[in-house]
Amino acid sequence: MTARVENSKPERVRLAALMQFARKNGLQIGIIGVMLGIWLLFIIGASDTFLKPDIYRALMTSVPYWGVIALPLTMVIIAGDIDLSFISIMAVGMVVFWEAYETTSSLGVAFAASLVSGFLVGLLNGIIVVRLGIPALIATIGTQFFWRGVVEVIRRGQGESLTLARDTVLRDVLVSKVGGYVPAQVIWMVLVALAVWFLLNRHKLGAHTYLIGDNEASARLMGVNVGRTRMLLFALVGVAAAFGGIIQSLDVWYFWPNLGEGYLMTTLAAVFLGGTSVFGGTGTILGTFVGCFIIGAIQPGIIAIGLTGYWTKLIYGLIITVSVAMHAFVRRRME
Amino acid sequence: MDYILEMKGISKSFGEVQSLRNVDFRVGANEIVGLLGDNGAGKSTLIKIITGYYRPDSGEILFRGQPVENLTVPKARALGVETVYQERALADLQTLWRNIFLGRELSNRLGVLQVKRMKDETQRLMVDQMGYTSSAVNPDSVIKTFSGGEKQGVAITRALYFHAELVILDEPTMGLSLHETRKLLNFVRDIKEAGKCAVFIDHNVFHVYSVADRVVVLDRGQIAGEFLTKDITHDDLMDKMYRVAQTGSLD
Repeated sequence: MTARVENSKPERVRLAALMQFARKNGLQIGIIGVMLGIWLLFIIGASDTFLKPDIYRALMTSVPYWGVIALPLTMVIIAGDIDLSFISIMAVGMVVFWEAYETTSSLGVAFAASLVSGFLVGLLNGIIVVRLGIPALIATIGTQFFWRGVVEVIRRGQGESLTLARDTVLRDVLVSKVGGYVPAQVIWMVLVALAVWFLLNRHKLGAHTYLIGDNEASARLMGVNVGRTRMLLFALVGVAAAFGGIIQSLDVWYFWPNLGEGYLMTTLAAVFLGGTSVFGGTGTILGTFVGCFIIGAIQPGIIAIGLTGYWTKLIYGLIITVSVAMHAFVRRRME
Repeated sequence: MDYILEMKGISKSFGEVQSLRNVDFRVGANEIVGLLGDNGAGKSTLIKIITGYYRPDSGEILFRGQPVENLTVPKARALGVETVYQERALADLQTLWRNIFLGRELSNRLGVLQVKRMKDETQRLMVDQMGYTSSAVNPDSVIKTFSGGEKQGVAITRALYFHAELVILDEPTMGLSLHETRKLLNFVRDIKEAGKCAVFIDHNVFHVYSVADRVVVLDRGQIAGEFLTKDITHDDLMDKMYRVAQTGSLD
C-alpha cells in the first residue's frame, strides 16, 4: 500500500510536467505534426519523388532564398507589425551589390554594401511605420512598389550575369555544395535561424518584441522603448532580404531585376503556418523554420502527386487562411 | 518635514483639454498620501507625470529636494518610483517571469538575458511574497489564466522587487474580491511600516481614509483641498467629496 503511494506520486508529477511541456510547446509540436503528416502524404502519393534524395537537395537549394527572410520577419509579426516590401529590398540589395562591384571590383565590398543598403531600406520602413504612425501593412505596400520602381528605373529591365563570381571565396562560402551534396545556403539558413532564435528568446530585443506584440500599452508604461525596437526589427528584415537576394542571385549566376517576385506569399505563408499569430505576441522560430520547408515542399509535392501546378496558389491560400483563422479561433476561446 | 517628492505648478493639456492646472503636490518621507477625485479629475495624469510617462507642459519636479529635468520611465525608476498601474501593465500571453521583469530584464552588458536567474528570482518571490504554493503555477506559467487578484499580486510583487522608495498605486482595488482588497490594504500599511512612502489612488473614500496619513482632493485638474486623516472623520471627508463633485468647492 505504502509502496504504491510512493510510486504513484512521482508518476503524477511526471505526467503534470509532461502536460505543461505539451501546453507550452503546443504550437511547435503541432507544426512538426503537420510536417510529418504532409511528408507522409507525399511519400505515399508520390513515392518515386519523395523517397529519392533529389527532391531534398532541391528544397535545401531554393527554400533558403526566402527562408532567411521569413525568420526575422517572424519577429516583426510577433511585434504586431508586418513587412510586405522585403521582395523589393532583395532587388535593391542586388542593385547596390552590382554597383559597388562595378566601382570597387571587390565582391567583399559589394556584399557588405548590399547588406548595409538592406539595413537602411528596412530602417526606413520602420521610420515610416513608427514615426509617421502609418499601419505597416499599408506603408510596406507603398515601399514595396517604390523600391521595385527604383530598381526598374536604374536597371531598365536589364539583368546582369554573375559568372564573375566563379571560384570566388564569397560564392563558395554562400552557395557551394558542402561535401558535394548539401547546399551551403541551407547551412546559412540554419545559422540565421539560430541567431534569430537567440535574439528572440535570449536577448532583450526579443523580450521586448513579445511584449510589444502582446500589449503595447503595458510595454510603454514599463519603460520599453517601443519605437526603437520596432524600427530595429524592420531593419533586420531588410538585412535578411538583401542577404537572401545575394544567395539567390549567386546561386543561379544571374541577377534578375524582378528578383523576389513570387516569394511574398510563400514567405508569409511559412510564418503563419509556423504558428506565429497575426495578432502579435506569440510565435516561434522553430515553427517558421519548419513552416518554410513545408511551404517549399508543397509545389513540387502537388506536381509529383499528379495534380497540376495550377493547384499551388489555391493550397497556399488555403494554408494562410486556415492558419490565421485557427489563431482567431483560439484567441476567441481564450477570452 | 522631509519631502521625497515635490511637484510645483504642474500643468498638462491634451489638445484642447486641460487635464492639470497649476498643481502642487508633495509626498513626505514615510507618508502615505491618498489621492481622491472624481473621474476625469486628473489623478491618472498626475501619477503618470510622476512615473515619467507623461511630460508636464510646465512646472517643476523635485526628488529629495533635487530638481529633475526630463523625467522618463527609466529615470523615475532609478529614483525609486515603482507603480502599480490601474491597467496592471501586464502582458497576458507571456509567462510569469517575463511579466515580473517586464521592461527591465536582468541581462549582461550586451543585452543577453539571464533567464535562469530571472526564473529563480520569480520562484523565490512566488513563495516569499505572493504566497503561491500550488504546483500548478510556476515561473513558466502564462498569466492569462490568473484571476484579477493574482494579476494584481504580480504587479505589486514586481513593484516591490526593485526596492521602491515611493510606491504609486493607481486604483489597485479595482476588480478585487473583498478578501483580496483587505490583503491589498494591509500591503499599503506594510509600506508605511517599512519606512517607505506611497501615493494611493482609489474611488473608494473608505479605503483611502483607512490607510492614508493625508488625503489630497483633486477636482477638474486642480487641488481642491487636503486634510490629515487624523483631523477629519470619514463622514466629513465623504460629505466634502460630494460637495466638491457638485459645486467644485469643499465648503
